[in-house]
Amino acid sequence: MLSRVARRIYWMSRYIERAENTARLVNTYYFLLLDLPGGTRIGWEVLPVITGRFPLFAEHYQRHDERNTVKFLLADSFNPGSLLNSIAYARENSRTSREVLPGLAWEQINELHNYANAHVSEALPRRGRFAFLTEIIHRCQQLTGLLSGTMSHDHAYDFVRIGRNLERADMTTRVVDIGAMTMQGSEDAGNLDVHVWTSMLRTLNAYQMYRKDVKLGVHCADVVSYLLQNDYLPRSVAHCLDQAEECLGDLPLHHDTLKPLRDVRRRVARIKPLKLDATTLHHEVDRLQVGISAVHDRIGKTWFA
Amino acid sequence: MAIDWKHYDPGEFYDELISTPGYARAVARNLTAWLRTLSDEELELRKLDAELAIIDKGVTFTVYSDGENIDRAWPFDIIPRVMPVREWRVIEAGLKQRLQALNLFIDDLYHEQKIIRDRVIPKILIAKSKGFRKECVGINPAHRVWAHICGSDLVRDSNGTIYVLEDNLRVPSGVSYMIENREVTKRVLPELFENNTILPVDDYPDRLLEMLQSIAPPRRSRPDVAVLTPGIYNSAYFEHAFLARSMGAELVEGSDLIVDKDDCVYMKTIQGLARVDVIYRRVDDLFLDPEVFNPESELGVAGLMRAWRKGNVALANAPGCGVADDKVVYSYVPDIIRYYLDEDPLLPNVPTYRCNNKQQREHVMANLESMVVKPANESGGYGMLVGPQSSAREREEFRRLISTNPRNYIGQPALKLSTAPTLCEHTLEPRHLDLRPFILQGRDTFVTAGGLTRVAMNKGSLVVNSSQGGGSKDTWVVDNEGG
Repeated sequence: MLSRVARRIYWMSRYIERAENTARLVNTYYFLLLDLPGGTRIGWEVLPVITGRFPLFAEHYQRHDERNTVKFLLADSFNPGSLLNSIAYARENSRTSREVLPGLAWEQINELHNYANAHVSEALPRRGRFAFLTEIIHRCQQLTGLLSGTMSHDHAYDFVRIGRNLERADMTTRVVDIGAMTMQGSEDAGNLDVHVWTSMLRTLNAYQMYRKDVKLGVHCADVVSYLLQNDYLPRSVAHCLDQAEECLGDLPLHHDTLKPLRDVRRRVARIKPLKLDATTLHHEVDRLQVGISAVHDRIGKTWFA
Repeated sequence: MAIDWKHYDPGEFYDELISTPGYARAVARNLTAWLRTLSDEELELRKLDAELAIIDKGVTFTVYSDGENIDRAWPFDIIPRVMPVREWRVIEAGLKQRLQALNLFIDDLYHEQKIIRDRVIPKILIAKSKGFRKECVGINPAHRVWAHICGSDLVRDSNGTIYVLEDNLRVPSGVSYMIENREVTKRVLPELFENNTILPVDDYPDRLLEMLQSIAPPRRSRPDVAVLTPGIYNSAYFEHAFLARSMGAELVEGSDLIVDKDDCVYMKTIQGLARVDVIYRRVDDLFLDPEVFNPESELGVAGLMRAWRKGNVALANAPGCGVADDKVVYSYVPDIIRYYLDEDPLLPNVPTYRCNNKQQREHVMANLESMVVKPANESGGYGMLVGPQSSAREREEFRRLISTNPRNYIGQPALKLSTAPTLCEHTLEPRHLDLRPFILQGRDTFVTAGGLTRVAMNKGSLVVNSSQGGGSKDTWVVDNEGG
């Protein structure tokens, strides 16, 4: 398989996952804010912060309100991480690797792209937002399913899964980070606990599974452990890294890439959520993100150079 | 209301299907009789089916500077153009003869240049040729073949004679559309394939692979072939991907390849470097190797010419073969055939006046209104003057162009291109067309059965290029003599 094709497939997969996660994030964050008591200092600017783009956001907007934040995350072309850009990049990467993708995949990405561009303006006011974001999430999931069900499960598909799982792991750490920041920013952490962490579980579609698997109330330490360390939840950091490791092991020349992956996986296992307060949790999550990014760099050097 | 062939009148032009209103040519009788049984609605439905099939299959061509939406659906007319196998066999032999002679000619130009010493071709012609590459002198490609893939454009005049209009030797395109057109026709007019013996065209990718492997450096039994594309913005990208996929070859861009210290060519893969034996390049000569040609080129591979000269990789077509794809050289092809093969040409050239010859130039200048003037080195129908459809101002402009650079122009009498029935807004009307068969030469020589028929979709137009409002038709070589 050509290195260039592998790179494009990997990025296509990351961008589809990123589009889906961005949609989830915006969708549930709105509901969380509705539930928070008045006087909570946390606001919309958390989203640009945790996606790592706050400086860019602040450079373009003085008012860090809902409308600007949502526009920034979904539509703004100057934000490389906006939903529209993620979808456009996914489309461009798949367009140039059509020879290894099922024909329908290209068509669906193309339709997703057309739909998102035609309807994104409806998602800026609250009224049409839920319907738009839900449609985006469905279309992304449909694509993921299509690739799984029709694409040859060969090296190209390994790159699809690696991209998807690293992006997912990264997003889960960021969601945990939102939780940490919200708790940090409030005077009455005890009372907020259940609202914040329920919302974080919902962002990752994990609420029901949490109830079923953990059988405890919603508390910070339990949720953090579930989202970071659970072996079975498809969006837990541990699970994503294990999936990525399985695919890496399939690929030639994987030796050097397994090491940073195992480093970050061990770090996840060593976290003791009960002993963390909001600030140390934030630092811990930060280190996981650095670890995931090291794996990403190594993948680039090994297979895409 | 069904088609009434009595109302179809090609006028002064030779029509491929209908000889005089109401009478079909023998080879087309099954087709025209069957078409007559279709109602207008049914015909329209079949047309829609074809359009859908083309969109579903993603058959596109790319137009430069068309903004975001650069892939356009391939324009296709469902009424096939038919030709009897007996006529085709003569054309086939003529095309093989032509390509064999052209390859001997190119090889001679890069070696002893006997043809110039024997004064069959003037020295100045080659000295001034844009396609001659001094970097290629003395190189010996496998089987002494330089132009491995050739697309020759054929046209039929009003008296029924088929002429070769030009030979495209550099990076001819269109063969994938020939194959897709047949696929679409099989889907939308399946009834016709039961009553006619139509020669198949879908073996082309296998023949191409065979040919490419036959020119590989002798190294191992199954040589690795790659298709080198300039990338997705090239107008023929669809075809590059199509051919790579149907041959099972890798589709590579320049940045996917490197020439290592051993002067061999490798692809960058996730396993590391993998050796490439044959490159079917769809990148022009001047962009192939920034070390030798255009240093700015990002489409090519540094060191590629070095690897090729050492015989470590085969390039198809070979660099430098464009020297024979020149409209002035074209005018000498009959002489070239006689010189190298000692045979008479089986297919005639269109009479051609060379503007570097004073007498001939004066003839062109005096008859601009009835001539087609072409630059020697352009393709795609760009930069030419179609006399009968030109304005006085355009003719004045060409007079100036010709006198400034006579070597760069040729003139040909404007031919009355043949027509075929084409579905236009619910009725069949005659539209002008040409034919581009594809010829392969490696160890053996092969010609496609028929080729790509291009149609000028606009009434009266003679321009068939897809970039300028042309469409296409499926082309049938019909063998009804056996049964």
